[in-house]
Amino acid sequence: MALLQITEPGADSAPHRRHLAAGIDLGTTHSLVATVRSGVADTLPDEQGRHILPSVVHYAPDAVSVGHAAAEHAADDPHNTIASVKRLIGRGAADVATLSGELPFRLKTGDSSVPRIETAAGDKTAVEVSADILNTLRERAEATLGDELEGVVITVPAYFDDPQRQATRDAAQLAGLNVLRLISEPTAAAVAYGLDQGEESTIAVYDLGGGTFDISILQLRRGVFEVLATGGDSALGGDDIDRAIADWVLNQAGMTGETDPQRLRRVLLAAREAKEALTDAENTRVDVARADGSIHAAELDRATLVELARPLLDRTMAACRQVLEDADLAPNAIDEVVLVGGSTRMPAVREAVEQFFGRAPHAGIDPDRVVAIGAAQQADILAGNKPDTELLLLDVIPLSLGLETMGGLVEFIIPRNTTIPATRAQDFTTFKDGQTAMSLHVVQGERDVVDANRSLARFTLSGIPPMVAGAARIRVTFQVDADGLLNVTAREQTQGVEAHIEVKPSYGLTDSEIEQMLRDSASSAREDMEARRLREEQVEADRVLEALDAALETDGDRYLEAEERQTIEQARDALRAEREKGADPDAIEAARKRVEQASEAFVARRMNDSIRRALAGHNVSEYDAGN
Amino acid sequence: MAITLTEPAAERIHSFLAQRGKGVGVRLGVRTTGCSGMAYVVEFADDIEDTDTVFEDRGVKLVVNPKSLVYLDGTELDFGKEGLNEGFKFNNPNEKARCGCGESFSI
Repeated sequence: MALLQITEPGADSAPHRRHLAAGIDLGTTHSLVATVRSGVADTLPDEQGRHILPSVVHYAPDAVSVGHAAAEHAADDPHNTIASVKRLIGRGAADVATLSGELPFRLKTGDSSVPRIETAAGDKTAVEVSADILNTLRERAEATLGDELEGVVITVPAYFDDPQRQATRDAAQLAGLNVLRLISEPTAAAVAYGLDQGEESTIAVYDLGGGTFDISILQLRRGVFEVLATGGDSALGGDDIDRAIADWVLNQAGMTGETDPQRLRRVLLAAREAKEALTDAENTRVDVARADGSIHAAELDRATLVELARPLLDRTMAACRQVLEDADLAPNAIDEVVLVGGSTRMPAVREAVEQFFGRAPHAGIDPDRVVAIGAAQQADILAGNKPDTELLLLDVIPLSLGLETMGGLVEFIIPRNTTIPATRAQDFTTFKDGQTAMSLHVVQGERDVVDANRSLARFTLSGIPPMVAGAARIRVTFQVDADGLLNVTAREQTQGVEAHIEVKPSYGLTDSEIEQMLRDSASSAREDMEARRLREEQVEADRVLEALDAALETDGDRYLEAEERQTIEQARDALRAEREKGADPDAIEAARKRVEQASEAFVARRMNDSIRRALAGHNVSEYDAGN
Repeated sequence: MAITLTEPAAERIHSFLAQRGKGVGVRLGVRTTGCSGMAYVVEFADDIEDTDTVFEDRGVKLVVNPKSLVYLDGTELDFGKEGLNEGFKFNNPNEKARCGCGESFSI
């Protein structure tokens, strides 16, 4: 018979309508799936009792293997064994090219904007490889729960931007999963410790994995987690400590120049085992085999390990200091500290974190599983398994969203840290007389200048009825759904013509660049302000020059004496020169004012005449209705 | 007659209640739905109503309302594994038929 789970009192437990939901931690080196059963969230093991699924996929011509089975091929068939695919997801060919030296598999940077990985089973995108990992986790969850999953919550790094989130969602869809929500990894960890049930608090999540380090500062306010700042190092982790131990041992054994890959691999393995043993033991032994077959046995104690790990710990602490600075907080402003990632099992890491923040970190939950567990708890609530009016976790958008306006400036529509889902609209108008189309460029980032931000999409609204500049009203609506994905609609208000885009992103940034964007926005505030003022003056100058040239051409002879015209043209040329120099906004403004002053009479004469002409044969109410 | 439970079921319930941090026991019941008439319900019990019957076995309180009791009397609650799946089972002597999936039953 069906095996039953204990449900919360009053929850809907009708047969075939149990809301099976799971949380998935889709990690760079390993992935996990967790679910809530009988009120307890825990990760699900495979048939061999292993909870962790290595995020590795091996492609043979006629078979795909995932996890431990795939990882075994890493040495003998590296080109078809895809690991660390998370570093590629949602990325374009350009920035992946910079990574490809570090990746063991072959990347095809062809015509397509999405990089493809060459394998024996054909070319694969990062989305497809991720889907194979997700599919394995889905099968495990469904075998465990005895039915299909209704929905999942998948975790992503806090600094993942829209394209990376969209690509993660695409991978889930390809794996046949219904994504209830994407939540950030630090948020999931905080949820696992029940910190979302608390009052207002500021939480630091210290995540030291095998190959990556992330530090995030979250603020909980009225049930909403806000990511105040993120930082870290995408190439720093427990593997570096293994390497430091290995170097230390090789040095002792007089094997510093060792190049044999197999011997080096064995030393690294021994180093890692020694590190793990020292989590409980005070000292341990590391054996290395020399080329001549002799064995060197090194004694490693905790104090030496701490010394070896010190440079790496110091780097994580520097990142912690930086991120606190970004968030404008002192270490003692942090109310809770959460540890994530297998490397935080090291007593030295815990001590360093405790010392830095001045409080004992939460470490009761297995740091490898804590993110998946938090995701499972969210999935359980989102699937509707909690009858109580539990707080629903809301997330916020990580980077501001906006539109390019004239002069390459950004008009921010949705500021960063707005809780999602969110909808904001703003009216724009035309820049030129008779303009019938408008090109919209959607960008993401914190900088005032478009080029310093990330370009997400471009689309065109055409069919705008011709009107004088500034008369058209185009309402642009930005809608961000609960997963942080963006929909942009532009609608011309009088005729109702509409254009719409779902952000199918143009890929293009590395992790560190994304993290950098947040930091730059603060440090470049003044620079941005000056750039904005200069561009605004340039745009205004362009507008005046263009209108003046057009007016001179059509009406110059009719309304102007030669002398008047000369004065205007002199002022105009001065403005043009200042505009081209493009250095001093004040000078451009002054030159523009002189042009406006010089042409005041000319403008007035034209205006009076055109009004007289326009009004002949009409009455005023027609014009009111038209506007 | 009474409602009883096996040792594995008792162990799991003790552990679930401890992790949940509240609740007096487990409420067992039936509801009229599903493809073959009735379905079992296992919930955490936070309150005991005056009309409820409480069976205590292996230190676990099993709470049953009078309507469900007529269907469940004599049932033994078990906990078992089937492959990766694990959960509670009702060994109910009153049960006559089940739907194919085993989620609902009739008397």
